[in-house]
Amino acid sequence: MTPHILTRSLDRSATIFLLIVAAVGVLLPLSNLALPADSMFQVPTYLLALFGKYVCYAILALSIDLIWGYCGILSLGHGAFFALGGYAMGMYLMRQIGPRGVYGNPILPDFMVFLNYSKLPWYWYGFDMFWFAAAMVLIVPGLLAFGFGWLTFRSRVSGVYLSIITQAMTYALLLAFFRNDFGFGGNNGLTDFKDILGFNVQAEGTRAALFALSCLALMLGFLICRAVVTSKLGKVLIAIRDSESRTRFLGYRVESYKLFVFTLSACMAGVAGALYVPQVGIINPGEFAPANSIEAVIWVAVGGRGTLIGAALGAVVVNYAKTVFTSGALAPYWLFMLGALFILVTLLLPKGIVGTFNAWWEPWRAKRDTANEDSAAAEDGVSKPRPAE
Amino acid sequence: MTHLEEPVAAKPAHHAPAIVDPVVAAREAEARQKRITSALLYLDGVHVSFDGFHAINNLSLVLAPGEMRAIIGPNGAGKTTMMDIITGKTRPDEGDVYFDGIHDLTLLDETQIATLGIGRKFQKPTVFESQTVWDNLLLALNVDHRVRGTLFWRNTREQTERIGKVLETIRLTDSRHRLAGNLSHGQKQWLEIGMLLAQDPKLLLVDEPVAGMTDVETHQTAELLKEINRDHKTVVVVEHDMTFVRELGVKVTCLHEGTVLAEGTIDQVSTNDRVVEVYLGR
Ligand SMILES: Nc1ncnc2c1ncn2[C@@H]1O[C@H](COP(=O)(O)OP(=O)(O)O)[C@@H](O)[C@H]1O
Ligand SMILES: [Mg+2]
Repeated sequence: MTPHILTRSLDRSATIFLLIVAAVGVLLPLSNLALPADSMFQVPTYLLALFGKYVCYAILALSIDLIWGYCGILSLGHGAFFALGGYAMGMYLMRQIGPRGVYGNPILPDFMVFLNYSKLPWYWYGFDMFWFAAAMVLIVPGLLAFGFGWLTFRSRVSGVYLSIITQAMTYALLLAFFRNDFGFGGNNGLTDFKDILGFNVQAEGTRAALFALSCLALMLGFLICRAVVTSKLGKVLIAIRDSESRTRFLGYRVESYKLFVFTLSACMAGVAGALYVPQVGIINPGEFAPANSIEAVIWVAVGGRGTLIGAALGAVVVNYAKTVFTSGALAPYWLFMLGALFILVTLLLPKGIVGTFNAWWEPWRAKRDTANEDSAAAEDGVSKPRPAE
Repeated sequence: MTHLEEPVAAKPAHHAPAIVDPVVAAREAEARQKRITSALLYLDGVHVSFDGFHAINNLSLVLAPGEMRAIIGPNGAGKTTMMDIITGKTRPDEGDVYFDGIHDLTLLDETQIATLGIGRKFQKPTVFESQTVWDNLLLALNVDHRVRGTLFWRNTREQTERIGKVLETIRLTDSRHRLAGNLSHGQKQWLEIGMLLAQDPKLLLVDEPVAGMTDVETHQTAELLKEINRDHKTVVVVEHDMTFVRELGVKVTCLHEGTVLAEGTIDQVSTNDRVVEVYLGR
């Protein structure tokens, strides 16, 4: 009858995607560590760190696609959840510095000594323990998203209004985290990390491991998203996206569904931020900038909204382009190019890269499938969700 | 249509509405004692105005359990607004709206009202266009509609059979894997009626079901609604098409400017002087 959750989630393209991410997650660190530095196949450490960043962005993009592509919630503040996850990890890394800081205070991070803190603020308690920080990576963004969603979804704020409020949320956090007396290092943020779980964050082995872990997290996040969108709940999400009030009249409590998927998405974004921070070595309030969140939405639009794979692909492609262009003579024009890219994609590829590819490939696949497959096999009532229009 | 002689589906008990609001619970307890009315649907003295425009004026309407009622009236008479009130989309400014004699619908929201067993077909066909016919019916099926229930939902033979029966009834069995958006206008109307059947409500509100249908389809729809009504369901049908209303052969209520103008058999209503005046102009 109903296929197992794994067979349901893993269609051909999902399997290929997972295999590619797994291969990248294993081969790149291996080549970095095992091959001699002069080998043409050796991936230099700086590149590994760069790709690690892309993978974290891909997780963030997945989390946005889950709510935007499948449930129609356009969050322009998802960078906030990413940054909060990053800060939780950063706080752990700060506490790991211990007496090795410039001021040598075993408890207080350098910036607190500098700002004349007499003792550790209560909200820094527990962050010396990895498990606690790891839990906070999920709990803090999750709680904020739950509270935010509780207030907005119940009062039926949606569409543009919701997007504007999410922008306001991340902007408010930006301002708060900029303040020195907020207790998170103000303008400079958290940096100068030494080690993570006893391993030196700068060491090549640690970097390779962090990269592999990021790929693993991307695979897990992708699997969770697939499991959600291919379940009946996924159909309800699409129903909400396409006609929210109709869904209510069928007896679904729309706000509960939105709350569930929004919170799940925020937790994913938090994990992405937590993996990002040890790889880039810093977290500062700039990560809360409203423009960051908008950029992340553009990755999803470019890759293909409502396709999951497209979101991840879009994050990598756009960020690769950004790296290429911002390191050359074109650097000052990057934002214009990003804007132009967004407009071009909206006009020429409204379904994004993957969505366009699917639309082109669909007739062939349908023909092949009807030829191969007994039509009764589809009788299980679980068919594939469609990408957003 | 003979397969409709048997019930459309083995009916599981409609899951109890989760009403936790103490105010609502208290009102219902009180209402249950008084049992205001034995009617399935009871509207009395309902007023609704939009920015000073009185769309519904002192509207009263009583439906017995198992009754089918046709509502006619010129455009803008307030027929759709009446359905909005019953389904919780619009709150009346004044008046009583009771379902099953105990549920005060003015205190409940759309989800709660749908869960009580009131299903609605919209004037403009609204099906989930990017999903298949099958999935549209699955979404409508009256099984657990809460988040956890749908996340861990598993198909059962019983559900497959229920959907299969609805598909036969609405003649879309062969189109079950097509996207609802690719159906013809008439098929969409039928799919929406099918969604109502899958929902298995006690009261069906059907807004202009034959708009845009061919004569044959119109006839089939009338038959279908009569079958549904024979299945002990209470049905309210809003329609302009007089041949269709005549074919239904049920009591007719004519609305005009948000109030009941006439009520009776189609012959009584259509010969009523005021109805003629409203429909034909003076
Ligand atoms: N949400 C609304 N805001 C303002 N006016 C409305 C609204 N809904 C309905 N109306 C007005 O109420 C009147 C009744 O509309 P409606 O119930 O749709 O009529 P019918 O379905 O009988 O054609 C119309 O004049 C319509 O313009
Ligand atoms: Mg109408």
